[in-house]
Amino acid sequence: MNIIVCAKQVIDVSEMKVDANTKKPILQGVPQKISDIDKNAMEEAIKIKDKHGGKITVLTIGPADAKERIKEILAMGADEGILVTAPDNIDYFMTATLLAEAIKKIGEYDMILCGEASIDLFSGQIGPRLAGLLNIPQITYALNVTAEKDKVTAERNMGDMAVTTEATYPALITVTKEINEPRLPSLMQILGAANKPINEWTADSLKSGLKPLVETVELKGVSMERKNIVYQNDIDESIGKLVDSLAKEGVIGR
Amino acid sequence: MVLVYSDNKKITIEILSKASEIAKEQKKKVTAVIIGKPDENLAKEYISYGAEEVFIAETELESFKSEEYSDILASIVKETGTETILIGSNKNGKELSARLGGKLNAGCVVDSNNIYIKNNKLMAERVVYSGNAIAVEQFNSTPAIITVPSKAFDSLKKDDSRKGEITKKKIESEKSKSKILKAHEMKSEGTNVEDAEIIVSCGRGFKDKGDIKLVQELADILKGKTVGCSRPLAADLKWLSEEHWIGLSGHKVKPKLYIAAGISGQIQHIAGMRDSGIIVAINKDPEALIFRSADYGIVGDLYEVLPKLTDAVKAKMG
Ligand SMILES: Cc1cc2nc3c(=O)[nH]c(=O)nc-3n(C[C@H](O)[C@H](O)[C@H](O)COP(=O)(O)OP(=O)(O)OC[C@H]3O[C@@H](n4cnc5c(N)ncnc54)[C@H](O)[C@@H]3O)c2cc1C
Ligand SMILES: Nc1ncnc2c1ncn2[C@@H]1O[C@H](COP(=O)(O)O)[C@@H](O)[C@H]1O
Repeated sequence: MNIIVCAKQVIDVSEMKVDANTKKPILQGVPQKISDIDKNAMEEAIKIKDKHGGKITVLTIGPADAKERIKEILAMGADEGILVTAPDNIDYFMTATLLAEAIKKIGEYDMILCGEASIDLFSGQIGPRLAGLLNIPQITYALNVTAEKDKVTAERNMGDMAVTTEATYPALITVTKEINEPRLPSLMQILGAANKPINEWTADSLKSGLKPLVETVELKGVSMERKNIVYQNDIDESIGKLVDSLAKEGVIGR
Repeated sequence: MVLVYSDNKKITIEILSKASEIAKEQKKKVTAVIIGKPDENLAKEYISYGAEEVFIAETELESFKSEEYSDILASIVKETGTETILIGSNKNGKELSARLGGKLNAGCVVDSNNIYIKNNKLMAERVVYSGNAIAVEQFNSTPAIITVPSKAFDSLKKDDSRKGEITKKKIESEKSKSKILKAHEMKSEGTNVEDAEIIVSCGRGFKDKGDIKLVQELADILKGKTVGCSRPLAADLKWLSEEHWIGLSGHKVKPKLYIAAGISGQIQHIAGMRDSGIIVAINKDPEALIFRSADYGIVGDLYEVLPKLTDAVKAKMG
């Protein structure tokens, strides 16, 4: 089974600071990581490989420093990494197009695994977009995946519906956070990852002249000011004060 | 043409009002699309809410599959020269829109609650970075696809005197290589956190499913009667249904009062409730992130605090 895991390098949103005056988020200097759910996708790929054998390729479109992040995925158990270096502000159309071109260049594959959505922008676009470009079936929001020799089945969380879908290969699957618990690589695995190959391809070499169809022209700040009054001494006293405050705020009362 | 589609009637009706506004500016027509059995009554209802045309794509398809539905929409878009496509932002709608974007090489913005035209360009705003910012997205080409969550726009007033054309057409779609083996609706208790004035929420701080009665009792006293929860309680433990799930990947709420008990306050949870009026946190860990997003907090064991708080509120409300 040849599996491609699409993994994105994102900024760690929980470490993000906001400019006190403009309320705009500060994007510089925020730590980078692999988008959380892409690790779930990787974990699932390992389970499938354990059962059927084959090869796991991790594919990232991103800046040159994403190479460090790819090493984390190699340490988890991927066999090979591919980094397509691209400028920062590319849109979903460009990302999906580059992923599709890279996958065509890789050639043989049975399954593509993505996260349900990336943690920074939370769109959930790339999986279905890519499946549309490659014209292969898509199985979204998988809660579990059963890969057999000639078909794959998954139970899916579609909000108010629970849906079980089956598809033949090649297929693209997007996984939820609940599907598994991603493993933490051992020190040996981390050291071993240094010897695994990471190929670097440039965006232009895959497809030149790509321009964004959608541009982010502004990032507006949102203020989140709260009173932050915390009672932490005697519980009964704290409750008394809280109830008085809530009554004063007019949110409880007769 | 401005095309509107959702498998959820309520969202379709809400989007029709925004679509009418965009269509007027672009001097185009608003067309609602129905995929499946020809339902003339539904078509007439869409017209009474502002659709100038309803296109019924008749198909024999038994169930929703993005592969096939995106194929049908792509044919309609190509045939009619549609410039703007507005789709309801439930999970079906999102995966459908993104696949359609891939097929048509069209730009797509998901979950937008502000859509307008500026300098002749279509603009869509969406919340990014777990609620830390709003991105203003500009479309550079057509067709443009935008998905719209429920309650983003108010519907127009129903007006049965509105006139519109109903077109029925059989549309063939490419057969998908996927198969739906099973589909069933999740059990619904009719909980609606999005409309609630007061919400009491629970998280992993609860040790047992039965303990949720502690938040239920407080919610009842507060006449909110609405219980919310963090993702793990709905998605991992399944103690509560999806209807209660609040956050980035769950429901977005803005009650007058939001009480979070045993919730750590990770940014993905905050993303769903940050617009609440007053936020109260109960957590035994004084360092818990939730206190930074709260107006009032009590550091303490929820098993002690909640029953006492319920009694105190009861006494106060008389
Ligand atoms: C892509 C993505 C999307 C996500 N979407 C969502 C979402 O929509 N909604 C959401 O909620 N999360 C979401 N999450 C998960 C989120 O990151 C957190 O993991 C989750 O919110 C944590 O839930 P929790 O606060 O209930 O549990 P925990 O983080 O485990 O916190 C439990 C808290 O309870 C406190 N506690 C324990 N015992 C007691 C006691 N006896 N009395 C008082 N306090 C006690 C602890 O101090 C702790 O702070 C998402 C994550 C990802 C990666
Ligand atoms: N730049 C990227 N490189 C590789 N995979 C990506 C990239 N962006 C998104 N993906 C994949 O697509 C999923 C959904 O991302 P998004 O559409 O950005 O929410 C992610 O979980 C990844 O699996």
